[in-house]
Amino acid sequence: MRFGVLRFPGSCDEVDALMACERVADARIVWHADTDLDGIDAVVIPGGFSYGDYLRVGSIARFAPAMEKVMEFAADGGPVLGICNGFQVLCEAGLLPGALLPNEGLRFLSRQVDVEVADADTPWTGACRGGDVLSIPVKHTTGRWFAPTELLDEVEANGQVVFRYANGRNPNGSLNDVAGVRNERGNVVGLMPHPEHAVDELTGSTDGLRLFESAVRALAPV
Amino acid sequence: MIARVLIKPKDGILDPQGKAVERALPTLGVGSVSDVRIGRMVELRYEDRAELEGLCEKLLVNPLIEDYEIEEVAE
Repeated sequence: MRFGVLRFPGSCDEVDALMACERVADARIVWHADTDLDGIDAVVIPGGFSYGDYLRVGSIARFAPAMEKVMEFAADGGPVLGICNGFQVLCEAGLLPGALLPNEGLRFLSRQVDVEVADADTPWTGACRGGDVLSIPVKHTTGRWFAPTELLDEVEANGQVVFRYANGRNPNGSLNDVAGVRNERGNVVGLMPHPEHAVDELTGSTDGLRLFESAVRALAPV
Repeated sequence: MIARVLIKPKDGILDPQGKAVERALPTLGVGSVSDVRIGRMVELRYEDRAELEGLCEKLLVNPLIEDYEIEEVAE
């Protein structure tokens, strides 16, 4: 089983994401201009500032040649995880519902947060149980998830919220404490917290590893 | 032709940047200004209005969170 981790100009968390993937399986970097996802079973779109995040966060990266391939991969049911900027890219690409707005407090946030697993039935959360609380860091300026009322109702009714900030401790003002969502099919998941930064006791928590283990489990031959 | 694409957060969406400006107003002694909303302005040269509108919908604007209008500018 092999992960592919996208790298855009301006990505900065792709090496951590690669290392997190390598703890549980094979992994390689996919350059944004490449269109080759051969041999890749699951895609991770990492954090950072793709193409400088000029205009709106994630808005230009969605047109990268590699993203065209990721969209096909997702349409075929392939598991895709977007972390932070990767989440923003997936929302801009229309693969995930909603949009990310500047934090309510306008400040850059960097802190450990508790994230509750609201849906343990995706390829990225199958190694968790619903209600599990994961300790994972956030670090973002534009992490306030938003959806217009009708879309929000739809997302909630479909059970598409995968992660919520736990205990009402919502760092950025996102609607309904949403920290991460999935597409209707469930194979595409995005979240603002950084599971790839929580894979070693050295940094305080290994809870993030569960997302990568989940993908391995989801793809394991039955 | 030159156009200005004026982009602003949709009504009802919290605009913390606008709020921050608003909070500064009392210290400046400004009492008659309120409801500050901050957006973006993109000035560009174009030939085909339909193509420009397509660009707005596809890239310049995220219609989930932003409204826009196109203002033509005399050269």
